[in-house]
Amino acid sequence: MSLQLDFPAVLERWPSLLGGAALTLELAFFATVLGALFGTLAAVGRSSQSSLIAGACKVYVESIRNTPLLVQIFLVYFGLASLGLKLSAFTVAVAALTINVGAYTAEIMRAGFEAIPRGQIEAAEGLALSRLQIYWHIILLPAIEKVYPALTSQFVLLMLASSVCSQISAEELTAVANYIQSDTYRAFEAYIIVAVLYIALSLVMRAGFWGLGLVLFPRRRRLGTPL
Amino acid sequence: MQQSTPSPEPIVSLRDVQKSFGPLRVLDGVSFAVERGEVLAMIGRSGSGKSTALRCIDRFEKVDGGEIVVCGHRVDRPDVDLRALRQDVGIVFQSYNLFPHLTIEQNITLAPCAVKGMATSQAKDLARKVLAQVGLEEKLLAYPEQLSGGQQQRAAIARSLAMQPKVMLFDEVTSALDPELTAEVLRVIEQLAADGMTMVMVTHEMGFAKGIADRIVFMHRGKVHETGPASILTSPTTPELTQFVGTGNLKS
Amino acid sequence: MGGHLNINHLTFLGQGALWTIGLSVIALIGGGIVGFAIALARISPLKSVRLASAVYVQLIQGTPLLVILFLGYFGLAAIGLKVSSLTAAGASLTLYVAAYLGEIWRGCIQSVPKSQWEAAEGLALSRTQRMMKVILPQAIRIATPPTVGFMVQIIKNTSLASVVGFVELMRSGQIVNNSLFEPFAIYAIIAVVYFAMCYPLSLFSQKLERRMGRGRSNLASA
Repeated sequence: MSLQLDFPAVLERWPSLLGGAALTLELAFFATVLGALFGTLAAVGRSSQSSLIAGACKVYVESIRNTPLLVQIFLVYFGLASLGLKLSAFTVAVAALTINVGAYTAEIMRAGFEAIPRGQIEAAEGLALSRLQIYWHIILLPAIEKVYPALTSQFVLLMLASSVCSQISAEELTAVANYIQSDTYRAFEAYIIVAVLYIALSLVMRAGFWGLGLVLFPRRRRLGTPL
Repeated sequence: MQQSTPSPEPIVSLRDVQKSFGPLRVLDGVSFAVERGEVLAMIGRSGSGKSTALRCIDRFEKVDGGEIVVCGHRVDRPDVDLRALRQDVGIVFQSYNLFPHLTIEQNITLAPCAVKGMATSQAKDLARKVLAQVGLEEKLLAYPEQLSGGQQQRAAIARSLAMQPKVMLFDEVTSALDPELTAEVLRVIEQLAADGMTMVMVTHEMGFAKGIADRIVFMHRGKVHETGPASILTSPTTPELTQFVGTGNLKS
Repeated sequence: MGGHLNINHLTFLGQGALWTIGLSVIALIGGGIVGFAIALARISPLKSVRLASAVYVQLIQGTPLLVILFLGYFGLAAIGLKVSSLTAAGASLTLYVAAYLGEIWRGCIQSVPKSQWEAAEGLALSRTQRMMKVILPQAIRIATPPTVGFMVQIIKNTSLASVVGFVELMRSGQIVNNSLFEPFAIYAIIAVVYFAMCYPLSLFSQKLERRMGRGRSNLASA
């Protein structure tokens, strides 16, 4: 067995590698933003007084959390196609990732909502705030603050999981690695380099969320409480 | 002490109010009224129903029977306009319940802006004014956790005052405080009474109740057991109040 | 080509489902053994061991499972190690699961109160004895709900082995689809089968967690 590694053969494809990394970040960005919105709504929905809405949100969360992302992506891909919608791989990928991470976000946010003391809500009700205003001004930010580490870990996991989108030929980082290895027969080197890029991307995301935390929770910055 | 001027409509009136938690009957035909400018203190052992009665006034508890009218709102009815009711009624809790992620100023300006549509600059002026009333002007930009318990409770009172309520409810607002911090909160409430604010308070501070209240309601087993001017604390007529005042005086 | 879903297809899918369970068990056992070592290494008194295990966890947790699978399958083949798709998938999942279970279990071991360590030390137990007789029995109780919860992740993650050609549930669905060409219906069936495997475990994990929560709050109030 001769072990001869040739990393330059892969590294000379750096423009496609960077392009793939950029697309992976883009996928993660859109799915995170949309999934955070969607999941928060689902979390609110789970505590709805209407048992129909609460039940629908529960079915959504449990069905997504108990099936593989790969199956979900194929279902969205072929499901939209059978509805006659011809969408780009990127759009399908964002849709599937959003639906997926939305369910996890809903579960995390629900824990955050439940951690808000009852007295906070009574005080807000006593000040005549509406249900929506209470969610927006009183519950949302402290709830996010309480679950921020879990939430951001979930979004980093989402970025890594987006590698599965290579299977519907979205040209993100893993798909780029697949092309390069089939071109150069340098599979080991290609996947090692891509693994390093993913690790770098997760560090970039963690740094980004740390910065976002400083903006979102000014009290912590003022009082110096660590995130 | 300010003399309450008799007015045709009481600000708060309860008539034969019934309330049970499961098999436990906590309010068993409670009736009393609070006139404009009057200060009413509710006293009694824990579990006597005094806090529940207070919370019924702002509809934090729904009643099972009887009639509650607050500033013209029929609180006992299911169709009561809760947000209109709560603009007329201010409530202060034992555990302050300031919003931890907002500065004191934001705690105060939130409801005037969000509920009454007040302009931000106007609300900020108002915040300064109500904070001056409770002696906390310098804490405008602090966060709640930077304040002592007594300061937090005064800020919570200021937050309620900013909504310019017609009546203020105080639910054991000094029970979580050390004696020296209790005093600073009680001084603020005394000043409000002197300014003519209508108030209903649940309290364990007998000396304070005696000094400030126009009327005392002594709750016992879900009923108004004895009621009258503050002087009933010194010369109670029922054995239950006699015993209660005895133990209460030991505390204060 | 074409035609309807028949008993042969269903038998084939059933076999795939069995392989999904089989691969999950391999990943759980393999990942559990390596993960246990990782958990102990993460709290080792030796700094170099702590550091090495921390680096391992960070590297694996920063890499997508799919890339690890490709490394195990194409990568090892490319440098001259020919492995079967079962070996590649089993080994990759083991390395992956170990990093996550190791971290979960480290957290559980560290959540045993420090006073327990000190009490055991006071009884003159050796480090190994303290770990085996005092700390681990308590940590296992704490670790059960999240471990059962993570088994759901393992089952779902085995679906990625389909990409390196291992015929588990997902891959058998793709093969059936190649002859029937009813992708939406077939993937819906596949999804239902995964749900039937995962949901009971999720419920069980939640139930254990609630029971633990009660136990812990009793402790706190005592």
